Amino acid sequence: MERLEVKGLNHSFGFFRVLEDINFTLEKGKVISIVGPSGGGKTTLLHLCAGLLDLTEGEIVNTFKSSAFAFQEPRLLPWKSVLDNIALGLIAKGVSKKEAEIKATNIALEFGLELKDLEKFPKDLSGGMRQRVSFARALVVEPSLLFLDEPFSALDIGLKKELQNHLIDYIAHHNLTILFITHDIMEAIRLSDKILLLKSDPGEIVKRITIDTPQIERTDKEVFDRMIELLKDQDIINTFELEIK
Amino acid sequence: MKFILKILKDFPWFLWSGWGAVASIFLFIALWDVGYQLYGELVLPSPKATFGAVADFFSDEAIVSDMILTITRAMIGFVAALIFGSVLGLLAGFFATASIMSRPIVTILVGMPPIAWVVLAMIWFGMGDTSVIFTVVIASFPIVFVGAMQGTRTIEGELKEMVDSFGLSLWQKFTNLYFPHIFSYIFPAWVSGLGMSWKIVVMAELLSSSDGIGAALAVARSQLDTTVALALVVVMIGSLLFLEYIVLEPIKKEVEAWRD
Repeated sequence: MERLEVKGLNHSFGFFRVLEDINFTLEKGKVISIVGPSGGGKTTLLHLCAGLLDLTEGEIVNTFKSSAFAFQEPRLLPWKSVLDNIALGLIAKGVSKKEAEIKATNIALEFGLELKDLEKFPKDLSGGMRQRVSFARALVVEPSLLFLDEPFSALDIGLKKELQNHLIDYIAHHNLTILFITHDIMEAIRLSDKILLLKSDPGEIVKRITIDTPQIERTDKEVFDRMIELLKDQDIINTFELEIK
Repeated sequence: MKFILKILKDFPWFLWSGWGAVASIFLFIALWDVGYQLYGELVLPSPKATFGAVADFFSDEAIVSDMILTITRAMIGFVAALIFGSVLGLLAGFFATASIMSRPIVTILVGMPPIAWVVLAMIWFGMGDTSVIFTVVIASFPIVFVGAMQGTRTIEGELKEMVDSFGLSLWQKFTNLYFPHIFSYIFPAWVSGLGMSWKIVVMAELLSSSDGIGAALAVARSQLDTTVALALVVVMIGSLLFLEYIVLEPIKKEVEAWRD
């Protein structure tokens, strides 16, 4: 069984402790979100898990066969067309150019891009379109594990919901595993099986919340009810320094 | 290959878009003619006489060989500057220490007037090819060097992280990220380096050589032959305009299509 296991992880930048004693296990087909305020070390944790930062203390066991990363910003290569941007990960895996283009085209259409967009450069796309491209680029390689670094944070609610629904479909049909970081509790409730609440200074997991209904069956009402319930939770109030009126 | 075809395909459209430029050149020639009518042949020969002299050049073997010589010198100097500037600029860009250390040297090279280089070159190498080519190289080198260094130093960390996350091989990183980025800086630097070479070669020849267009210009000056002098200038400017606008501009347009 593929899994990602984080054991006793600590991390510091200089003398500043960013993460302290982080432990969790992410199993195949599950979605874990790490929720916490901005600047709380969430991105650092994600980068450590994805191997983009070197681990200093603790242990990370990653047995997933493949992974992909979608960033907060789209991070597209400006000199490549939309199609070539999406195909980037496939080319890296050694897929032939022709096959890569077919796969990239299919997934682009699935993510709401049009054929005429594929030849465009990123500068000619809107912010939302670019984020679609970024998602398509991450998912076209059919990763076993997907790392998401607040990719919805700059989108309007309509687009946010649309892309989240795409993702939920993907989770259900491809048995996709996701490690997701966000500061938006509602987003976390909608997408994840387990929510880890990360407080800042230093980043520590203070609460673990499990949601049992499969994502695809979760209704808006259920999400809203859960949200209201969580907003009353003392740990959440403390972590986000919420002011109660 | 696809790329070259695209440039050729867009070429007629590119030429057609040049009417504005043509109009402004004709306006300039009209003003020039006004100058001629006000000040006379000796100060400012008429455009007609000048272009007539240019046409005569092409049947004059001596001048044609001078032109070829000058263009050869400019090209040798430019290519040398392009190779040295690009290679050293890339190296300087990849190492932080090297780029910090090279900055003052580049400032000195850029700040040093080319005419001073001509004088030094004459002392070091005497009159002739070497002096001229040396001056061209030393004047265009810093432009190319800075372009290459900037290109290497400005690659975004975010994009590097993105390519790392997809596990691209070193070669794939080079072709997908480093090369296109660096090229977008280095290519405009090459174009300005070429313009610089063209200007410097004539100046260097005028002072430190007995052949080439620069030397012919010096002869025209001593004989007070303004028409020939102006015609030589027209040849140099004409060839530069041709190279920059007809040859390089369409390539540049295609290469930089992704820019805002």
